[in-house]
Amino acid sequence: MSVKTPAAGRGRARRSSTALTVAMGLMLLYALLPLVWLLLSSTKDSNSLSTSFGLWFGHGFHLFDNVWNVLTYDHGIYLRWFANTLLYAVVGAGGAAFISTAAGYALAKYRFRGRNVLAAVVLGAIAIPGTALAVPTYLLFSKMGIVDTPWAVLLPSLVSPFGVYLMRVYAIGAVPDSMLEAARIDGSGEIRTFFTISLRLLAPGFVTVLLFSLVATWNNYFLPLIVLSDPKWFPLTVGLNQWNALATGAAGSGATTTGFYPLVVTGSVLAIIPLVVAFLFLQRFWQSGLAAGSVKE
Amino acid sequence: MVVFVIGIAAPLGYAAYLSFFQDRLVGGNVFVGFDNYTRALGDELFRAGLWRVTLFLLVQVPVMLALALLAALAIDSGRLRWPALFRIGIFVPYAVPAVVASLMWGYLYGDRFGLIRQVGDALHVDVPRLLSENWMLASIGNVVTWEFMGYNMLILYAALRTVPQELYEAAEVDGAGELRKAWSIKLPALRPALALATVFSIIGTFQLFNEPNVMQSLAPDVISTSYTPNMYAFNLAFNGQQFNYSAAVAVVLGGVTAVVAYAVQARSMRKEQSL
Repeated sequence: MSVKTPAAGRGRARRSSTALTVAMGLMLLYALLPLVWLLLSSTKDSNSLSTSFGLWFGHGFHLFDNVWNVLTYDHGIYLRWFANTLLYAVVGAGGAAFISTAAGYALAKYRFRGRNVLAAVVLGAIAIPGTALAVPTYLLFSKMGIVDTPWAVLLPSLVSPFGVYLMRVYAIGAVPDSMLEAARIDGSGEIRTFFTISLRLLAPGFVTVLLFSLVATWNNYFLPLIVLSDPKWFPLTVGLNQWNALATGAAGSGATTTGFYPLVVTGSVLAIIPLVVAFLFLQRFWQSGLAAGSVKE
Repeated sequence: MVVFVIGIAAPLGYAAYLSFFQDRLVGGNVFVGFDNYTRALGDELFRAGLWRVTLFLLVQVPVMLALALLAALAIDSGRLRWPALFRIGIFVPYAVPAVVASLMWGYLYGDRFGLIRQVGDALHVDVPRLLSENWMLASIGNVVTWEFMGYNMLILYAALRTVPQELYEAAEVDGAGELRKAWSIKLPALRPALALATVFSIIGTFQLFNEPNVMQSLAPDVISTSYTPNMYAFNLAFNGQQFNYSAAVAVVLGGVTAVVAYAVQARSMRKEQSL
């Protein structure tokens, strides 16, 4: 709290504090400047990248050339990666959000044997590090014969202990028991009640879980790196790092291929845009879901 | 439930199972009991990696959470101009994939077209070589802080907004200023959320993989294949074909993580009860 001047701390009127705004401005700068650099860099060719100042334009405006190069390199492999990422994110995150919602709702609203045990297992599962799972997941999937297929990425993405946990907490508060009883008296089956009534009440929580799983699957790197070896199934993260390896010469050829830097930089910019847009558009929903989710914690 | 079993229970059980075997030249895959575990505990590379992430944990996590806490309190205080702008802006890095964040910061740090060096030169300040051995851990810490500061801020901010307005009003009647309110009402209200954020950060730190793995190509001499325990487990399995030993390392790492995370959680719970 050292950022607050003592004068600003006194008095009841909610005046805005300049010192506080400046301090937070620095934090905002820290958060956004690297991204500004990235955006500016995507307008440069590989020569300007290394010779011009990072926070201003270089010689010439090469953004469209760069984008064109990214999209056409290696028969458009980037578009393929983009489509893969989209598939993993939409199916994986959508599935995870739906399963989490159904499971969290069931845990919150139905009494059945082993309910408490199950709730405890969910909490415990949050604490299990992905590391412990990665290697055996790979071996297990290779026994099942789904290594190097999209299934290997999609299946683990569907599991979201944190999502189940969040939805359970959310469902306890958002869906009144009396409403469920009313629905039962009116003769609505449990499944129908869930889809027509409960799901609507759970929407903010659902969107929150959806967005967080969307980020998790869109940004997933470790798992695809392990279970995929064929570039045609790569998501953007793995593909971009492969390009980076080519640029820095770590890929084994020895010679550095500086021509790859604009590809990596511009490819990175294109990879970020969809998520940022999703967050901005859905922020009203996910923020209310987040607030409700943390009440009972 | 089926998904749960495939995704978590099965690999976990399989990891434990694998960790008790060893591939031998003679006799093939044989049961060796706890051999892999004793080997892991005595393994210098593994211990060095574990020590590295512990150091990382002790410095990076408090710094990141302190920044997130300050930001959350500042936005909640009502004394900030354009709070929504700050809330979204500081959160944006979370949406950036770790791979992109690491590449970007790696380039910023680097000699080739590093912005940080350019700024240093312009100001005639000697910038340390951020990708060198002495600075690497701090450099990675900065990337992780940058990525998750806003996320933690949002979790804390969300918790702050659930504090009933009457509490503030009562405090104001009692003559409490903003600082006093922050200290006596907001911080206690934040404790559970802060504990949760801490536990997640601990888990994340022990799992540290993406950032160092990506930066490896930028500083291959500094970041070894056993830089973090997670990288070690990965490289043992996929470059060294030592699946059994890798599984043991992963299980030990998971155990350490669970114990530390649980200890922190238990401690914060006890505090809550004593209040």
